Amino acid sequence: MTLLITILVDGQAFTVPDGITVAAALAYTDKQTTRRSVSGQWRTPFCGMGICQECRVTINGLRRPACQTICRENMHIERIQ
Amino acid sequence: MPDLDLYLSRGFNRLDRDFNCELLIVGAGPAGMAAACAAAKSGISIMILDDNPSPGGQIWRDGPAVSLPEEARHYRRQLEQLPNVSLLCGAKLIATVGDKKWLYEQETASGIIRYERLILCSGARELLLPFPGWTLAGVSGAGALQAFIKSGLPVKDQRIALAGSGPLLLAAAQAVKKAGGQVVLLAEQAPASRLARLFLSLWRWPDKLQQSFSLTDPHYRFNSHVLAAEGEGKVERVIVRQGRRRIIVACDRLACGFGLLSNIEPALVLGCAIDGQAIRVDEWQQTSRADIYAAGECAGVGGSELALVTGSIAGYAASGNREAAARLWRERRRWRRFANAMERAFRLDKRLKQLPRPDTLVCRCEDVALQQISGAADWRQAKIHSRCGMGACQGKVCGAATRFLLDWPLATPRVPLAPARLSTLIKAWRAEGKET
Repeated sequence: MTLLITILVDGQAFTVPDGITVAAALAYTDKQTTRRSVSGQWRTPFCGMGICQECRVTINGLRRPACQTICRENMHIERIQ
Repeated sequence: MPDLDLYLSRGFNRLDRDFNCELLIVGAGPAGMAAACAAAKSGISIMILDDNPSPGGQIWRDGPAVSLPEEARHYRRQLEQLPNVSLLCGAKLIATVGDKKWLYEQETASGIIRYERLILCSGARELLLPFPGWTLAGVSGAGALQAFIKSGLPVKDQRIALAGSGPLLLAAAQAVKKAGGQVVLLAEQAPASRLARLFLSLWRWPDKLQQSFSLTDPHYRFNSHVLAAEGEGKVERVIVRQGRRRIIVACDRLACGFGLLSNIEPALVLGCAIDGQAIRVDEWQQTSRADIYAAGECAGVGGSELALVTGSIAGYAASGNREAAARLWRERRRWRRFANAMERAFRLDKRLKQLPRPDTLVCRCEDVALQQISGAADWRQAKIHSRCGMGACQGKVCGAATRFLLDWPLATPRVPLAPARLSTLIKAWRAEGKET
């Protein structure tokens, strides 16, 4: 059985499987978006390997690529407006 | 200017971690792992730096939805057991800071690694080409989708379209099906004749022939490529050219990859010569700089078998065991021939240069459309007039795309190679300051 952990996305609690990346975990919320582009479009994880920076979010106060960060219990994730 | 002492006192970068080693290996994919195992036999101190949370590279990427092949587990065990090898994960190269010193950054730490010899095993990334709708939510790279699924993305019962070129499309399709997703389209741009020729040559590599059978999919279409993705706020359908026809396929996700591209940025920063698209290496996997070697996809895209053998050669050569390195040349020739066969088969059609429309965004970081840069002669000019390539990815996506679309010459990257915290950059400044 998969262990579950709780993460906070924009202040709201979500239960996700343990060991998944933040990029994957965002699919458990109502939208997978990570950031707004300079012209205001919502973007989602794109390259999957830490190159394109589309998936960067704020994690526990630091800008991090969501595709290379593993979720941890009570992690605070914020989308970049 | 923010108060730097206040910034530092808030706890960012409290971990100062500098390292010394005789051999630094950049990248812990198959090439880096093989290089470390080969070089470790000499007893020198080795450090491997990798930007992912765990070793394995993209092909042996670990995650909750992964059961690693035995070969990958074997190399991981080796790395853990070798007393003279240490592994630094989740660490990105930021800049060179003087001779034989790299500045790196981790989630909360940063520091400087001093080395005597270097093996670059920086791998490859997908060539991602812009087309109308490629910035919609749910559109990603093909290898990217595979990586997302490995790292826990749920795709059960989703309709997924894949388009682009190369064997990675088939591997991504297999990952989708294994995770309970539905492949609704698998569009390969290469014509059937070239793929038939490739298939008929596969008897030389029996494992690959067998693999090609296991990857077949009823939705595989040759001579097909994406024209546009459409939807309200997220991708809902994809428009595809299939031969002479134009078809529309409804989907929940679209994954596009146009083959692989060597990650040569660290080599360019170090002044290593480039051959075509990859780092130039000699028979010992040595670059144009005597103390720097390169192996795996960054020295020529060719798959994990070529990466393993070139990694071993580089590891032996860089640690002084040329005899052991030379014994592997024959094996390398075999996999280079395979790489050449793949490259010929999946060569990109020039028609793909017409994918973006004038108003299609080419630079996703700075939202620059094709029409804003199409008059420029090279990337430098485009940057000055439009900020194309000046955003967070430092041109890693649009730089490669514009090279293909507009035939611009290769541009030398600038440091920092990845977005870095101010406190990390201060270390670079201090390190260089001490030298002068």
